[in-house]
Amino acid sequence: MKVSNSYIGRPMERVEDLRLVRGAGTYVADVNRPNQLYAVILRSSTAHGIIKSIDTEAALALEGVHAVLTAKDFGNAVPRIPLRLQPLPQLETFHQPVVADGKVRYVGEPVAVVIADSQAIAEDALEYVGLDIESLAPVANRAHAEAKKSLLFEEHGSNVAITWKAFRGNADEAFKTADYVRRERFRVQRHAAMFMEPRGFVAEWDSAAGKLTVWGAAKTAWYNRRTLAAQLGLDVEAVDLVEVDVGGGFGSRGEFYPEDFLIPAAAKIVGRPVKWIEDRREHMMSANHARDVECEVEFAATRDGKFIGLRGQAWCDTGAYVRTNGSVGPRNVAQYMSGPYCFEHIDIKSSMLTTNKTPCGTYRGPGRYETDFIRERMIDLAAQDLKIDRVELRRRNLVADAQMPYPLASITPYDSSTELDSGDYHAVFDRCLREFNWEEKSKLRGQLIDGYYHGLAVGSFIEGGAAGPKEEVRLVLEPGGLLTVYMGSSSVGQGLETIMAQIAADAMEISYDKITILHGSTSYVKDGYGAYHSRSTVMGGSAILVGSEKLKCLIREKAAAHFGCAPGDVSLEDEQATFRQSSIPFGELSEEPLEIEAEFFNKKYTWAYGTQAAHVAVDPGTGHVKVLDYMSVEDVGRMINPLTLHGQALGSIVQGLGGAFLEHLVYDDEGQLLTGSFADYLMPTASDFPKIESITLELKPCPNNPLGAKGAGEGGLIPVGGLMANAIADALSHLNVQPMELPLSPPRIWQLAEDASAEVSPV
Amino acid sequence: MQIEFDLNGNSVKADVEPRTTLADCIRNNLEQTGTHLACEHGVCGACTVLVNGEAVRSCLMLAVQAENEKVVTVEGLSGDELTPLQAAFRKHHALQCGFCTPGFITTAHALLSHEPDADEERIREVLSGNLCRCSGYIPIVEAVLEARGSYRNEGGK
Repeated sequence: MKVSNSYIGRPMERVEDLRLVRGAGTYVADVNRPNQLYAVILRSSTAHGIIKSIDTEAALALEGVHAVLTAKDFGNAVPRIPLRLQPLPQLETFHQPVVADGKVRYVGEPVAVVIADSQAIAEDALEYVGLDIESLAPVANRAHAEAKKSLLFEEHGSNVAITWKAFRGNADEAFKTADYVRRERFRVQRHAAMFMEPRGFVAEWDSAAGKLTVWGAAKTAWYNRRTLAAQLGLDVEAVDLVEVDVGGGFGSRGEFYPEDFLIPAAAKIVGRPVKWIEDRREHMMSANHARDVECEVEFAATRDGKFIGLRGQAWCDTGAYVRTNGSVGPRNVAQYMSGPYCFEHIDIKSSMLTTNKTPCGTYRGPGRYETDFIRERMIDLAAQDLKIDRVELRRRNLVADAQMPYPLASITPYDSSTELDSGDYHAVFDRCLREFNWEEKSKLRGQLIDGYYHGLAVGSFIEGGAAGPKEEVRLVLEPGGLLTVYMGSSSVGQGLETIMAQIAADAMEISYDKITILHGSTSYVKDGYGAYHSRSTVMGGSAILVGSEKLKCLIREKAAAHFGCAPGDVSLEDEQATFRQSSIPFGELSEEPLEIEAEFFNKKYTWAYGTQAAHVAVDPGTGHVKVLDYMSVEDVGRMINPLTLHGQALGSIVQGLGGAFLEHLVYDDEGQLLTGSFADYLMPTASDFPKIESITLELKPCPNNPLGAKGAGEGGLIPVGGLMANAIADALSHLNVQPMELPLSPPRIWQLAEDASAEVSPV
Repeated sequence: MQIEFDLNGNSVKADVEPRTTLADCIRNNLEQTGTHLACEHGVCGACTVLVNGEAVRSCLMLAVQAENEKVVTVEGLSGDELTPLQAAFRKHHALQCGFCTPGFITTAHALLSHEPDADEERIREVLSGNLCRCSGYIPIVEAVLEARGSYRNEGGK
């Protein structure tokens, strides 16, 4: 049997599923340590205020309560949470303290940690903590923020934390002379990743060994370990973060939150293991929110439909603090507005506003979901104004294969220059239209059938992936021939064990079932980077390729010593080393494990790309929208596992549909979160969007990594908002309904149709 | 309070407070952690278990209400081999993070046990009481459709 190159590209059923479908996974809530106590967090119910006093006496008197910890218990200076990405010094003012320190700035901000014998007792004790907060005027929206009557950070003098600026060419000059300019205002609502498994930690401090172990790590364990060690004054080696099964991430889970400090610190203080699992309401007010962007944008084109420029200002409601990756969305709003199209002139500012709401961070397709809504809407509006078919208008302006690599706009104040690496955008665009049967379906546009008007939309997108700088692996070939791959990539539920085993099996030409993938825990490799920016397959997978070459060298050396020949004379095939007519199995080469460490370095992003088309039907009487058909075509360069990749695309599109129609974290003018349960925060269910198709292509391998793969975990979601708004506008074109705001909820669509009807036929 | 009920075919006893939910009792007292809690207010369905064959949200049922009843969790559905329903979930990639999966499998098992001929619309209707954030649901529906055959033939597992 020859096993080489037989696993990559195959729809391998997942290794993970064997335990997960039986309920035999181990999530953090399933981890228990002997003698453990339970933590529950007291959170501010006031959006903005000064803490006058915290009286813990009555709570401490309750039987079973061990401690009530507040800011004063965590050292002279309450630790702040540094920025993992874009760590600009001018943003230090906005770093979140691990527990409220004199002031509360959002509903849900941690104020105290109660430690008790059981979760129930700790929850009971919350009622006994006397918390006196003097309210300050809440900054609950952009108008409040700009009025400056109330400031979140007085020392900063403004509620604008920072303004990002994307630039290219000379927009002001270009707009002066452009044939066609249109200016519009758009809004994308606050919503969130909302993964199913609540966050949690179990932390244990071994005082004799001076060692802290924390279960429940995700996404970026090594970075979080360094942060936690620094905050606790420990050596990095004294802290171990352990990743167990993780119930979804989508950008939000695994960033360093206040609880990442509070639970380990509490375990250290009380000297016993401490367990904390959040509930859903707590999750909704404490884990990162996302989107929440308002944008005024101008679009310029020539009379014959050549795009010239984008100019505008976005206001990103960042919430109360700038969190670890809080700049990513706002930066992307500015830098990626142009998407897969040629715009020679770009001038987009994106300001981060601090408000008394839960802080924002990344959620799948950060900044891209928002800008695709804006840009694709603008293109359809321009097509209407210029009387050019919107399909043709897009085709004329997509970046051409010959223009690759194509640089995106520059960005300041934290440079992140990037260029579209490769792709045949036109081929994918046309393929999508063909698969969708655009011509045939176009006959239905504007038709009224059984009370529903029919409409179509098409849009293209780009999906960045593979953030650097590196990923690390350690390969151990055990005596007997089993291979264990330890890696810095982490799993958030995307099927990492399966995909990486496929890559390792092909690279080492070792049978798939002899490979074990261990990932995400800080004891596995020295310096891992984890799972974000659709990077695991490209960065972790490429590191496995690098490591496999090193391990093969080591195997050749061992075999050469065995055979008494030169390493170059040894050939490796079928898990055996061969010299002339003699062979020895890998597993018999050494009585000790053969071990190597390897790194893959890469600073160039991968750019997957695609086109989606949709067919909707709209009932103007109720505002209800049916998504009748949805087609997505994406080129990912190289596909490792079609089954899991298809799953990423479908799941991502449905999340995008949730953002387009349903999901909304609503605050009132006092900064109170009104949507704190799944009864208020609506997510897609099995009956909502039954017909979605996704096709993945391998047209243009990525030139920047040895796999040729492009990160592809987010793409599906990116164009969905724009596509749905355009399809609704198309369906209701007789009324000239133009949605400029998400979500496209029934009341909003109904209102737009009502207003438009009144305008079309005034009574 | 001492309670006694049948869990996955075994008679079990637990000492619980009157306020303890069935989910907490199963997970904490009886250490069967396949039943997951994702909302604790009865919307997401991750904690679904079978009580006398009916799908029940164990976060909304008190442990004391299970007295003398027959409770089956996801752990109680399969032996050494995956059930046809579990195998279909794997084949169709109907799970990614797997956190909601036990609730989907118990819900679908209850449905197909009662209605092995359920059509796609009926399956979607029943599954719409469970939230999944990863899959987009389409693969889950495909898996349940495929598993119907085994329920027609064998009445379930």
